[in-house]
Parts: sequence; C-alpha cells; structure tokens
Amino acid sequence: MNTPVRRLALVVFAMFTALLLATTWIQFVQADDLRERPGNRRTLIENYSRDRGAILVDGSPIASSEPTDDELEWLRRYQQPSRYAHVTGYYSFTYGAGLGLERAADSLLAGTDDSLFYQRLSDVVTGTPASGASLELTIDPDVQAAAVEALGDRQGAAVALDPSTGAILAMVSRPGFDPNALSSHRLSAVDEAYTALIEDPADPLTNRAIGGDLYPPGSTFKLVLAAAALESGEYEPDTELEGGLTYTLPGTETTLPNFGGAACDPEDRPTLAESVQVSCNTSFAWLAGELGADAIREQAEAFGFGEPLDVPMSVTPSIYPDTLDDAQLALTGIGQFEVRVTPMQVAMISAAIANDGVLMTPYLIEEVRNSDLEVIESAEPRTRARAVSGQTADELSDMMVRVVEQGSGQAAALPEVQVAGKTGTAEFGDSGAAHAWFTGFAPADDPQIAVAVIVESATDNWTGETGGQVAAPVARAMLDAGVER
Amino acid sequence: MPVSTSTPTPSTVTSLAVRSGRTIELLLLVLAVGIVTLAYVAVNLTVTGELPTDVWWHVGIFAALAAGLHVVLRLRARYADPLLLPLATLLNGLGLVMIHRIDLVPGQLGTSGVASRQLIWTGLAMAMAAVVLVLLRDHRVLRRYTYIAMALGFVLLLLPMLPVIGETVNGSRLWIRIGPFSFQPGELAKIAVAVFFAGYLVSTRDALSLVGRRVLGLQLPRARDLGPILVAWSLSVLILVLQRDLGSSLLFFGLFVAMLYVATERTSWIVIGLTLFASGAVLAWRLFSHVQSRVTLWLDPFAPDQSDQVAKGLMGLAHGGIFGAGLGNGYPYITYYANSDYIVASFGEELGMVGLFALLMLYALLVERGLRTAIGSRDGFGKLLAVGLSFTVALQVFVIVGGITRVIPLTGLTTPFLSAGGSSLLANWIIVALLLRISDAARRPISERRQDPSIDAAERAEALR
Repeated sequence: MNTPVRRLALVVFAMFTALLLATTWIQFVQADDLRERPGNRRTLIENYSRDRGAILVDGSPIASSEPTDDELEWLRRYQQPSRYAHVTGYYSFTYGAGLGLERAADSLLAGTDDSLFYQRLSDVVTGTPASGASLELTIDPDVQAAAVEALGDRQGAAVALDPSTGAILAMVSRPGFDPNALSSHRLSAVDEAYTALIEDPADPLTNRAIGGDLYPPGSTFKLVLAAAALESGEYEPDTELEGGLTYTLPGTETTLPNFGGAACDPEDRPTLAESVQVSCNTSFAWLAGELGADAIREQAEAFGFGEPLDVPMSVTPSIYPDTLDDAQLALTGIGQFEVRVTPMQVAMISAAIANDGVLMTPYLIEEVRNSDLEVIESAEPRTRARAVSGQTADELSDMMVRVVEQGSGQAAALPEVQVAGKTGTAEFGDSGAAHAWFTGFAPADDPQIAVAVIVESATDNWTGETGGQVAAPVARAMLDAGVER
Repeated sequence: MPVSTSTPTPSTVTSLAVRSGRTIELLLLVLAVGIVTLAYVAVNLTVTGELPTDVWWHVGIFAALAAGLHVVLRLRARYADPLLLPLATLLNGLGLVMIHRIDLVPGQLGTSGVASRQLIWTGLAMAMAAVVLVLLRDHRVLRRYTYIAMALGFVLLLLPMLPVIGETVNGSRLWIRIGPFSFQPGELAKIAVAVFFAGYLVSTRDALSLVGRRVLGLQLPRARDLGPILVAWSLSVLILVLQRDLGSSLLFFGLFVAMLYVATERTSWIVIGLTLFASGAVLAWRLFSHVQSRVTLWLDPFAPDQSDQVAKGLMGLAHGGIFGAGLGNGYPYITYYANSDYIVASFGEELGMVGLFALLMLYALLVERGLRTAIGSRDGFGKLLAVGLSFTVALQVFVIVGGITRVIPLTGLTTPFLSAGGSSLLANWIIVALLLRISDAARRPISERRQDPSIDAAERAEALR
C-alpha cells in the first residue's frame, strides 16, 4: 500500500502548491488593484488613521482633520462649507474622497503621493505618525466671498482668475452643499445626507464652474469671433459689418432678430467695435459665415476649447461643434447651436485678452507643505497658449471697455476703475428660458482679475433678465474685491 | 568481513539505539511556545499598548498543557514522531493569539471572550489527546470497533437533525446545543468514519481490488463488495445535503476516495470516485440556490447583490500584501467569521503572504509526518488510518483556504487548530493523538514491540485468509 500513499503525497503536494500560488496571486499580483477598489473599507480606515492634510486659504484652514476617540481616528471638518464646498469637495468614510480637491489631490492630502516619499521615509525612521500634506490655495477669500454673496440663492457659477499667472482667485458653484454632513462619523446620517444630495433636482454636487452640463455661451462667444476676425488680418475694429434688423439664416426661412428687436446701427452697417459694444446678433451671424467654421474653431481652441485641463480638478473641455451647415454656422456666431462652455473657459477668454493675448494655465494649488509646514512644492505659472496677438488683445480690450462704459454691461462699472467686459444671454431649449452671462476684467489698463459669471434663469417663461442685469452685478462685486487685493 | 562497532552489518539485527526523538520534540516545543508567546505579547502591545496582567497566566497554562502532553508521550509513546506535537501546538497557539487579537477591536470595550473560551477548549482537547494516548495502548484495538465506529459516525452526523438539541447556524444544521454548550458532532464523526473505512477496507481490499469484471478497462467490483461502501457514502452525503454543509460533504467524500485508492491500489476507484463527485456537484449546483450563489461568488467575488464575504476576505489579504500589516495592525474584524472560517484571511492580512506561506508549510509538514507514519506503519489498518487522518487535515486545509483564495468555491469549514470552535479543536487533537500512537508503533524498535495475543491472532487470521 506504500506506492499509493506516495502518490497521495504528491496529490497533497499539488494541493498545497495551488494554495501557495493562489495566495501569491492575491497578495502580490492583484494586491494593488484590490486595495484601490472603491469601497475598500480597509483602505478608507487606513487613510482615516492618518492625519489628512489641511486645505488652506490665505493661511487659515477651510478643511482640516480633528482627532477623535472612535475607530476612525480623524474627523474631517470644513470650516466655511457654504463658501468652499465645491473647492474642497468632501471626504466621507462611506463614499470616499469626492469632488473638489479632496478627490483631485487625494494622494497629497493622504500623504501617499510619490512626491512625499522622502517625508514618509523620514517618518518611518523617526517614528512620527504618518500625515498628509497641506495645500495652500490661490483663492482670494474676499473675491470668493463677494461671489458667494452676490450670487445669493441663484443657481449658477462664478470663476475669477489672475490673468498674468492663471491663479484661480475664486470658484463658486450654486447651489452649494455642506461637506460636513458627508464627513460625519455617524454613518446613517451620512447616508441620508448623500441620498438627499443625489436626489436634489438642483444638483448641488455638480461644480458648475468647471464641469457637469456645459452651458451655451451666448454673446460672450462674440469675443472669440471678434478675435478671429481681427487675427485674420481682414478686419479692423472700425471695419463695417452687415447687420440689419434681422438676419435670415442661410438656406432657411428662419430670421434671426437682434436682442429686443433693436437696430445695431442707423445705417445697418455697424463696425466690429460697435457690434461688440451693443452685442449685435445680425452682424455676428453674418461674420460667422464670412470667417468660416475652421477659423472660428481654431480661434476657440487657441483660447482653450476642446483641451483637457486639470486645475487639479478636471475641467470639462468646452466644445465648438464639428460639422455645421451654413445656418448652424451663423448660429454659432452668437454662441448658440451646439457651442458649449464652462464658466472656467469663458474666464480664460477674458484672462487671455487681459494678459496681452497670452493664455496662462489656471491652477488652484499655490503651495504644497509637508507636516512640518515646509514648502515642498510651489506653483509656477505656465503659459498655455498665445491666444491672440498683443495688438488684437488691445483692440478687444478697448471694445470691452466700451461695453461697460456705454454698452450692455454698464452694471459692471466701478467708480474709480476702468472695467472691460462682455455680457451674454444664452437661450436654451424652446421655452424662451435663458442663462445670463458676464465676463470681463479690471482694471482695463493693468488687469489684476478676470471673471466669468453665469446665472441660470431656468424659468419656464423667460423673465427678461439679461446678462447685463443679472450677471454683471455679481462680476462687479468680484472685480471690486479683486482690484483691491 | 571487518567488524566495526559503530556500523552494524546489514545481515544482523541492529543493536544501535533507536532515537526516540523526545529531546528534539522538547526543543521544538520550547520554540513553538516561544513563538506563540512573542506573538501574544506583540498583539497586546500593538492593539492596547499594554500587557494585561493575565498574559503570563495564559502563556503559563498553554506551556503547561504542551509540557503535559510531552510527558505523556515520554511515558506512553516514547517513539512517537517528534514533529507532530510541536506542529499542532504551534498552530493551536497561533490560532489562540489571532482569536484574541480579533477580540480586541479598537473602539470597542472589553473583549468578547472568544479567546478565553478557546483556551479552555484547548485545555480540554489536549487533555483528551492525553487520555487517548494513555487508554489506547495499541491503535490496532480500534479495528475491533469497525462497525461500532460506523454506527457512531452516523449517530454523530444525525445528532443535529434531532429536534430540541439540533441547531441551525447560518443555514447549516450542523450543531447541537445543550444548555450553554454548542458542539459540532460532524467534526468527531470524521474520525469515526476514518476508523470505519480503515477497518472495513483492510478486510475487503482483496475483494475490492482483485475480484470483479473488467468493463472498458476499469475493474468493476462485485456488487456485494461495493454495496456497504456505497450505502455508507450515499447516506453520509444525503445527511450532509440535508444539513446544507458543502464543506464537510466534500471532506468525507475526499477521505473516502483517498482511502479506497490506497487500500486497493486501483486507479479505477479514483475514476469512479471523481465521476460520482462531478455528477453530485453538478446536481447540487442545479438543485440548490445556495450552491449557485457560492459558484457565482467564486467566479466573481464582487458580483452585485451577493454576499461580500469573499470580497472582504480578498481585500483583507490584499491589505496584508507580501509582508503583512503586522500583528494587531490590520482590520481582520471587517471580514465575517474572521476568527473561524476566515481566520486564514486574518492571518494573511496581518502576517502577509510570507506568514501564510509559513502557516501552510506547518500544515504541509504535519500532513507529511502523518503520511510518513502511514508508510512506516507495519499493519494495514494503521497504515490506512494514518493515511485517512492526515489526508483529512490536508483536504480540510485545502477546502477552506482554497475557498478563501478562490481556488475552489467557498465552503464553510473550520481551519484545523486555528479556527475558534471547541469541536474542531477536540477532533484535531484526537487526530494528532491517534497519529502519535500509530507513529509510536511504526518507529518502535522490534525488540520493544508490544505483543498483544488477541490482536496478533486477529492479524494472523487476516493474513491467512
């Protein structure tokens, strides 16, 4: 009977080999994938057991971790949730790091980022409990506060940039939410709060400033057309355009009126500058046909359309549509049809014009500091593209000053400071409802801040509010706070 | 021929003293208890930051139990295999440490006391092993009780089906409860069944292996030889299906096929066995929803709307990685049954792949010593019993660890010596005691061989038949 016993020993050997191989597979080959699976409670608890870094604005925390006595050793607290919810995002035991910097800069805050390797190494050697890095933001608390207060209870978004660096001075999305409700350790309450947020038709979890559903840009897109026209070399600010009371879309019976049915110019021949100043629809629809889709798209892309951008939250790329017939092309000239933008993109247009035509890459993190508050990374402003020539930028800037001084954007004017701007009223759907836009910068001769504001007027019947009436005051408040900075 | 005092000539009976191995055993026991003590201290320091005053009591009790068994072996089984006891002691001790560690969930007050209960059971089980070694002077005596063992096996398996004392836990009716004590009689049944198979097969192996017609290259046994085993097997399988316990079903059947193969040396039995098993498995999968969900989770542990038990275990193992989170530094309590069915995943999380390899090697070594005992055993009954008992341990480790690591679908089974649970501990210590007893007989020099007229007469009769 010894031979079968020896053979059986081989079977046992094979069985144990299978177990060793399976163990190796799980604990060595698959381990990282399994650890990073969403909802892996171990990874979450592990992250909770570390002092997660703070998020700071002007040196004071808007998100920080407090030690607790329960199993989750640290509680995440948000100091000014109503102002900064979409900047910080949330950090929830149940739902993980979501939205905002909590998600986009998770590895830095958690202290697992590769750039913190030496920090971790020295922590291990010295026996210091591991901790994450702190982030000092580019946000200007005054501009942010001004935007939040001016927007009030309206749905919408506002972005402010430093045109010369690309630093994000404000990023607001309304409605907001309270991330503290999601970071609580009372997990059933967290579930309830999360469900309520998910089911809210106003969609408070979307950061409207950079993502989610994109908006039609309305007349703010006329800046892109004007830029394309000037860059083509065939147009000057005083070149006369064709712009009557109405414009019949090519190949259709449909006529496009001016806003309020008004004429753009007594002789129906407004110049380019006049067209920008009064936001003439008919002349820009005509101009779109003259320039052609390719020229407009090229100019839009020079301003940043169609390209991914991480600030570090990822900004949804704005769209200029691909294939167009002549009527659709004319509509894109006034920012309608399928042109879609983020408020961040619109702010980038103004910022590039303000910065002599050079577009800087927007960023939100000024400095990364380790637990000893030593700066380990500092932001360096980066040029993204030359959007337009310096001369074109100057000419556009002059036109935008006239919009605020004499045109549709007078509500954005500041007493001592020259403001440049452009209004927009973007219809969407067939109900006549519209979004109100304003974008601009100040001071016009030495720009320190560029903004974009959208106020959603998603009413069934168009309330008649225009960008100039609703969005411009918000922008004004932000510009005011920004120039005093 | 030159005569040397140190190298006896092969033709003469050796006069060289056979090493009993007891000294090596003692050294290994000290090592095993030392490792357990270190692990226990490490867990307490890591989780609570202090050493409770009763730590040394616990270590002392455990060391005394191991020492007691060692003394029993010196007195009653001098030539027993010296590795078996240290291996079982180390596994049992590590199990105690991990159960204690899972008792200490941070943020929860006190301990649930599973570890103290396990320590009491350890004492009972090791005492029972000593009793077996003292009372059972010769394992061949067990052969007299072949059919009593069969009856005992059935009774033990049937006990949980009785009203009042029978108890269903997690959908399986495997338990009996009398007052505060619950017990899983199936654990002991596997020993009785192994004794029955060994006794029965040693008597009928000639008939099973030689007589019968050949059909398609397979030697089919006569119906009257096949009958009793088929009846025994189908009855046990039926009971286990009724009790909804896949793991034990697999265990009993694997034990049956392995012993049959060793007894008859006929590969045909393996073919027949595997065919029977495959058809049984397919049938169970078609008939029972709980089998289907096990298979679903085996193929995709993250399948939505299914239990996340397998997934949590995998995440625990992944958290441990190669070197483990360290004793007391993981989160094994997140996984269900972290101290029983899933204790291997708990070890994998805190000791890592390296630690699991070490644990599996301890088991492999234990099984290897058992199979070696079988090979060295001079009587057919002892050989078969040793094979059966060691293969049960191997199979049980394979089924539960394989279930956790997705080699096979998960079936609930205890991990020998590690899992929380008295019946499992008791059964496995009795298995070790029996293996020690058989190995003592196998390694005993001829001059000291015990002569038992009644057993020897029975064996002679067997040989003549």
